[in-house]
Formats: sequence, C-alpha cells, structure tokens
Amino acid sequence: MQLYLPIADLPVNVFLVLAMGAAVGFVSGMFGIGGGFLMTPLLIFIGITPAVAVASVASHIAASSCSGALSYWRRRAIDPALASVLLCGGVTGTALGVWTFTQLRALGQLDLMIALSYVVLLTTVGSLMFSEGLRALLRTRRGAVPPRRTHNWIHGLPLKMRFKRSKIYLSVIPVVIVGIVIGFIGSIMGIGGGFILVPIMIYLLRVPTSTVIGTSMILTLVTMLVATMLHAVTNHLVDAVLALILMVGGVTGAQFGARAGQKIRGEQLRLLLGLLILSVGVRFAIELVIQPADLFTIRELGASG
Amino acid sequence: MMRAALAILLVLLLGSAARAERLIVSVSNHRVTVTPNYSGEELVLFGSVEKDATTPADRTAYDLVVTVIGPRADMVTRRKERTFGIWINTDYRQFLQVPSYLALFANRPFDLITSPEIARRQQIGLNNVLLTQRVSGDYADVVPNDAFRSAFIRLRTQRGLYREDPSAVTFLTPTLFRTGIPLPAEVPIGTYEVEIKLFANGAFIGKTETAFEIVKVGFEQFVATTARQNGLIYGLATVAMALMTGWMASIVFRKD
Repeated sequence: MQLYLPIADLPVNVFLVLAMGAAVGFVSGMFGIGGGFLMTPLLIFIGITPAVAVASVASHIAASSCSGALSYWRRRAIDPALASVLLCGGVTGTALGVWTFTQLRALGQLDLMIALSYVVLLTTVGSLMFSEGLRALLRTRRGAVPPRRTHNWIHGLPLKMRFKRSKIYLSVIPVVIVGIVIGFIGSIMGIGGGFILVPIMIYLLRVPTSTVIGTSMILTLVTMLVATMLHAVTNHLVDAVLALILMVGGVTGAQFGARAGQKIRGEQLRLLLGLLILSVGVRFAIELVIQPADLFTIRELGASG
Repeated sequence: MMRAALAILLVLLLGSAARAERLIVSVSNHRVTVTPNYSGEELVLFGSVEKDATTPADRTAYDLVVTVIGPRADMVTRRKERTFGIWINTDYRQFLQVPSYLALFANRPFDLITSPEIARRQQIGLNNVLLTQRVSGDYADVVPNDAFRSAFIRLRTQRGLYREDPSAVTFLTPTLFRTGIPLPAEVPIGTYEVEIKLFANGAFIGKTETAFEIVKVGFEQFVATTARQNGLIYGLATVAMALMTGWMASIVFRKD
C-alpha cells in the first residue's frame, strides 16, 4: 500500500516502513538502545533526504524511549536528580545541535556532516564496544574476576552532589558536559545517543547498572522531544506521518526484541551490538570514499509563485 | 486583366495567411488532486487545428510542439569533488525561477519540424529552454553543454520531472491531435502552463495557451501546510503523538 509522505514529499510503501520500524525496534529492545543510528541510515537508504530522516527519527526515538522510561519508572530504576542534571546539559546541547544543523543545511554540507559524524562516532564506539565485549567474553571463559573499579580523575572535580537513588557522590560538571555532547550529536545525527551514553555513564561516571538505563532513557526522551520541537519550528522537516508509522512499528518490535535479549548473555550482547554499530559506521565510510554514482545534486530553495 | 487580379488576390491572401489557423485545445482535467495514495497520473491534451477561408489550400501537414511548464522555483545544483580522499560538495550554481516541471512534446523530431534558429527563439527542446543561472553576480543562461546545466536537466529527467518526447503528439486526423502529459508521483503542486505551438513547412505560424492546476487535498495537504505555517503547533502535536504512542505501548505490553 502506497502512502504519500507530506514532508518528505515522496510516496512510500507503508508495510516497508512499518517493517523497518519493527526490525529496528526489535534490535533496540534487544540491546536496550533507541536504535536511531540504524533507523536514520535506513530511511536515507529508501530515498528520504538525510535532513528529513534526522528530524523525523527524533520523534520516533522519543516514542520508544517514552514507553521504556515508563516501565523503568514503575520499577524505580530512574534517578530523578541525576536525570535533571543531565537534562540541563542535554537541552542546551540539543538547541546548539539544531542551530548547527540549520547552518550546515544552508551551506549545503549537511549530508556530508551527517555521514562524517556517523563514520567517526560509530566506528570508534563500535570497535571499543566490540573489543571490550571480546575481552569480557575471554575473561569469563578463563574464569577470571573482572578488574575492580577504582575512582578516576572525574571524581576529583569540584561542585559535588549526592545522587541518592544511584548512591553516588559526583561532580555535576562532567554530568552536564555529557548531557551537552549527547544532545548535540543526537540532534545533528538523528540518534538518541543511548548506545554512547550508557557506556559513558557506567565506565566514566560510575553510575550503577540499576539506574543507568532508565536514567539515560529520560535524557533521550527529553532531548528527542526538544529536538522534534526545534526541528519542526526552525526547519519544518519533521514528517509526522512517517514518524507515526515508525513509532507503531518500533514500539511493537521493541517488545519482542526485549524478550529475545533476555535469552542472550551480557557479554555476547555487547559483542553483537559493537559489531552492528561498527558495520553501520563502515558502511558510511565506504559511501564517502567511493565515487558517487552522480557528482551533482539539486536542491530546491523553496518554491515561489 | 482577370488573371492579374487573381494573382494579386492570391498574394494578399498568402500575406494575411500567417495567422489563418486557429488552435483549439483542452486538457482532460483542469484540476488534478494529489491524494495520499497518489502514484502518478496522465493528463490528456487534445485539440484541433481549425482552418478558415484564408488558409492556403496547399497547407495540409502541420507540426506541433507542446510545452508544459510547472511552477517556477529557485534551485541549486552542487557538484561533488574528491577532497582529502572523500567526496564533498564544492562548487555550485544557482538556477533562478526555473520550472519545477518541464515537458516538451512534438509529433516528430524537433530538428525536422523547424530550423535551429527558430527552435532557439521559440525554446523548442530541453537544450533551448531558458534556464537562468546566477553566474558571479550576473544573470544569464549558459551554453547548452555547460556541465551544471546538463547535470541539472539530467537529474530532473531521471526523476521524471523534465522530459522531452518528439513522438508524443499524435495526429488522429490531419487536423485533430492529442498528447498525454505524464505527471509522476512526486509532481510539484501549483499552476501548470501549457503552450501549444503550431508549425507548417518549418515556419512558426501560431500558438495558444491553456493551463491546469495540481493541488494536494486531504489529510496530507493539511499536514504539509500546518508544518510550514504553524511549526510550533505542528511540533507540539508530533511530540504529543510520540508520548501517546509510547504510553499506549507501555500499557498494551505491560507484563505485570
């Protein structure tokens, strides 16, 4: 069944988009991530312009992190204090990101920047995660105990604050900075940033695993809601029809993914996720290096008359 | 004496015969509506060449060129070049108020219909249509084989938005003709002008114009308009939709 997307300005097959939403939702439910880094490239692949894809995926991620955040809230697995400090940075970062997005679009370099950030970010995070997962897997094979976590330089910073539910005593500076960075890259790349945020919170900020996913979902939810609003107001690029189809597919797929994820061990899960992220990054890298099929592109500068 | 008078009359008739034909045309639909499941359509343009008493008797074979011009817009064509090993948009040209849709149809190849000189003046063929570029502060159309111009036409043609078909017009009788105007799924909305130019023996002898309108209707038009005009409300609605979907999912799939 063909459906015309009003903002993307092209007809798509509803079932194809629904299936894409469900597939990405399955993966995101399995790994506990938003899945934006898969959804945006897939949309670009079916012919939606990167700008519209990034803006529309923001609302899709908001929907899936909303249902996730609600269930974590019921389980009291969210640290409200930590979430609000993160959000101070997150909202600032998102606003900066959308502003940069608008500037790059005017310069005609938006598509390049989206591709470049995907390459850099995904290959780095992907290979880190993959190697870490591999090491953890080997360690459990040998039966060795994981190395004890020690305090690092971050815990020497001033402006400390006590986060009760997470049972940590931490400076707000790194937390706000993490929020800004995630908000910024999220709004430019059309990703929630959960797959970067969760490792940063665990390894750098030493947030306990009991509250880390729920709290990161709150950040994702709010930054993506803000990104949707800003993209809608400044660039008029959010395709609500596309977003709705993705949401319906995504939230459904996520439920099945979450059940499948429970059957796989943590290290293997991280290994798989690392591999997945890495391959998306490599895919973008190849795209940039090989000669494009067409060197020319056309963009309409708003119709008149 | 009688012969001389006849000859003079004939000369007079031929002189005034330049506008002796009348073109009567119509399109099958003057208002095309793009609905959410619109996947392209074809309009039919039909018409006839009406002769009158002043038409020379030997003028029987006519040629027609139909030009369909969609709403005009400014467009930018960018060229990628390899910089530091990756492909980056470097150079660009701005096309000013060029048709977003352009179709040229004829009953036989353009070069057989008329001379290159007249073809250029009457903008017959994609190579002769005026596409104004901004070249370093100046406004001009460039030579047809300019890299940006030909890339622009090629890309628009690939999307089905620019087309040229010298066999699309068919004469049903020597004076009755018809042609199809294909409108692809991603057709721009707005007013479309149709120009029908009549040629005989290589000479341009007249033209007529008609128009049709493409409008989006229904829900998706409402969405597109709201997004552009009321960004704030649209954003809030999308946000509310996201929250609702997420909330509903958490209820539907609640385990406890």
